[in-house]
Amino acid sequence: MTKIKKVKKVAKSDTALDSETKLSSAEAKKLYREMLLIRRFEEKAGQLYGMGLIGGFCHLYIGQEAIVAGLKSVHEPQDTVITAYRNHGHVLLYGVSARAAMAELTGRSTGCSRGKGGSMHMFSVENNFYGGHGIVGAQVSMGTGLAFAHKYKNDNGVCLSYMGDGAADQGQVAESYNMAALWKLPVLYIIENNQYSMGTSTKRHAAGDLYRRGEGFGIPGEQVDGMDILALRETAKQALDYVRSGEGPYILEIMTYRYRGHSMSDPAKYRSKEELADIKDNRDPIKNFKALLLNEMKINEDEIKEIEKEVKEIVRDAADFAQQSSLPDESELWTDILLPVESVA
Amino acid sequence: MPIEILMPALSPTMTEGTLSKWIKHEGDKIESGEIIAEIETDKATMEVEAVDEGILGIIMVEAGTENVSVNTPIAILLEDGETLESIENSIESASSVNKEETLDMPQEDSLSEPPVIKVQTKNRDILYAQGIIIEPPSFDEFTSMGETSSRTGREALRDGMSEEMRRDQDVFLLGEEVAEYDGAYKVSQGMLAEFGEKRIIDSPITEHAFTGLGIGAAMSGLKPIIEFMSMDFAMQAIDQIINSAAKTLYMAGGELGCPIVFRGQNGAPGKVGAQHSQCYASWYGHIPGLKVVAPWSGADAKGLMKAAIRDPNPVLILEHELLYGQSFDVPISEDYVVPIGRAKVERTGSDVTIVAFSIMVDRALAAAEQLAEQGIDAEVINLRTIRPIDRWTIIESVKKTNRIVSVEEGWPYAGIGSEIAAMVQEHAFDYLDAPVARVCAKDVPLPYATNLETLCAPQPIDIIVKVKELF
Repeated sequence: MTKIKKVKKVAKSDTALDSETKLSSAEAKKLYREMLLIRRFEEKAGQLYGMGLIGGFCHLYIGQEAIVAGLKSVHEPQDTVITAYRNHGHVLLYGVSARAAMAELTGRSTGCSRGKGGSMHMFSVENNFYGGHGIVGAQVSMGTGLAFAHKYKNDNGVCLSYMGDGAADQGQVAESYNMAALWKLPVLYIIENNQYSMGTSTKRHAAGDLYRRGEGFGIPGEQVDGMDILALRETAKQALDYVRSGEGPYILEIMTYRYRGHSMSDPAKYRSKEELADIKDNRDPIKNFKALLLNEMKINEDEIKEIEKEVKEIVRDAADFAQQSSLPDESELWTDILLPVESVA
Repeated sequence: MPIEILMPALSPTMTEGTLSKWIKHEGDKIESGEIIAEIETDKATMEVEAVDEGILGIIMVEAGTENVSVNTPIAILLEDGETLESIENSIESASSVNKEETLDMPQEDSLSEPPVIKVQTKNRDILYAQGIIIEPPSFDEFTSMGETSSRTGREALRDGMSEEMRRDQDVFLLGEEVAEYDGAYKVSQGMLAEFGEKRIIDSPITEHAFTGLGIGAAMSGLKPIIEFMSMDFAMQAIDQIINSAAKTLYMAGGELGCPIVFRGQNGAPGKVGAQHSQCYASWYGHIPGLKVVAPWSGADAKGLMKAAIRDPNPVLILEHELLYGQSFDVPISEDYVVPIGRAKVERTGSDVTIVAFSIMVDRALAAAEQLAEQGIDAEVINLRTIRPIDRWTIIESVKKTNRIVSVEEGWPYAGIGSEIAAMVQEHAFDYLDAPVARVCAKDVPLPYATNLETLCAPQPIDIIVKVKELF
């Protein structure tokens, strides 16, 4: 049975607070802390880029924080996660320390990929985070492969395979949908629709609705507000249950917005200042969640301030650590090209 | 401690810009993420966002100032509890500290002193692939053969896969027509019956995504064998093979390997036209992070298949349809594994070395027989591995024969023969009595008509003519 739903801002915060994904005060503070950590880290990364300490491409996650924080809070430890190059948020929440992430961005020996990957290529395999990939759409077929492995090993795991709205147009994404549906692979396809495929708006690059792209394959899809972390959690939990029950893949299109340019050198002339200002003022996921913590969950303002202070210190420390770390040793040039054959069982 | 706001770079190449406008003014409260100023370069106008929060204390560079260097302090931000008076004394020292922090960057090496970069690794496989170690992995060809039976090329490939699948539950085969059809070329005959549909999987015709799927499965610890009906079709998936399979280990600082085998028919099987006949040896041989083998005999097929499946790295096996039906003596032993990177001297000779791989070994041996009748004693090397190539076997042979001809089914430009020519002049220049010669496909898309196709591909007569030019 195919069910195609479009849910726009239905699961409002108060309903989500009463539902089965009801948050404890500790969980709520954890979510706030995680989102804030991503935002402050990204702002600092933007600053270090401006100082010439980070080079090349640097795709910031500011505005999209609720997605990775919300999804991470509702999936199981055995699940696997893979995404594309806008991955700093994922990296920070899946076990890479702010220090190791910032050191990677600045190309230092202490970086999580020892300075050899950079902004787009960070991993944490022990936490089931499989990167961090630079080719648009390639991670979607790889994610389908991670799901294939879950089924092969029968480990009750689900792969959370992230993509942007731009990647959703790639041919291999449709190919992946086909195989995932055909073989009932446990994969949740997550489209982070931030409205722009680099500088091309969704209405200029995508025909139809992205959450309905699986319809012909019998893959259910749903659209949810990515600026409302509670609504997002609620919908994601149901989608994950569906996938884990053996029904096959599910497409979750999460409507979000990226505050910064596509990469650092993008002046974002393709959108109006008013559009951005409106989102920042009215729909900011962190600001709105903070208001909810204070006003509805009655969390003490001092506790929030404590979190903000802690996060600020983590980010400041990460930036210091990165700048004080050495560049990779020249010998690193020649490591990690091939694994030694002796390592095979 | 007051915070200096520095002139940011909008791109890696920007060195200076115009501070066109202050959005915030002295005394304004600033939150993280708020826009405080605008900067212009010749390419774009961009907004400067605050990273830290506080009060904008002093604007140090006025709006409209041109040619402001990147990293120049443009303003001072006061944090909680700080006032202008309280920080005046510390500005100087803060400024010098910040500058020192930002100077910790690699400097351009001066042209007069080029950096000496040595290969510093103990991984023999990497040293061997780079040509730093020349000696190939040890392998006793004769002893390891042991007892043999007559098998076709396709049976040898199948035996190699099946033996490894019995040995390791993580190995599976996925590709077009590999299961119910028993393989488009019957290479996987009987495997569905033995291993079942969980491990022998018919894929849709979607090379790009099923290759990515295999890579994802490999990254999570399985050992996929991905079959391409033809290596030409793998071009749909070449991004996944190179960008995902070959490069991820390096980009992940060694954290994420990809134990996968890509295999399929490579080269011209005859009368199938230009889109089903290409040789990809030099394409994949170009890529660090990949291993590439091209078996000729049944023993090669079985032994290299087993080595490829056991290898923790991505390995391509370039098979040839014309060898699928050819019979060879193949070792029975399930321990027969041919080390990747090891060539084999198929015929010893003293006058000229002929290096070939895959189907071209047949042509080289045929040419050698005819050359022998004409008094030229040719040594024939079966490369077996394209990358990492066995430099030692080639160089030692050239030192003995002083002449070398490379034979390949691919095109001449940037081909395997080009690499061999470079290698021989690097390592054995003084031993050469004649220039290194190449026999390749003609530099055209492969034609269909029989007479034209025959003209295109290297034949024994082409090898004979080329060898004779060297004397």
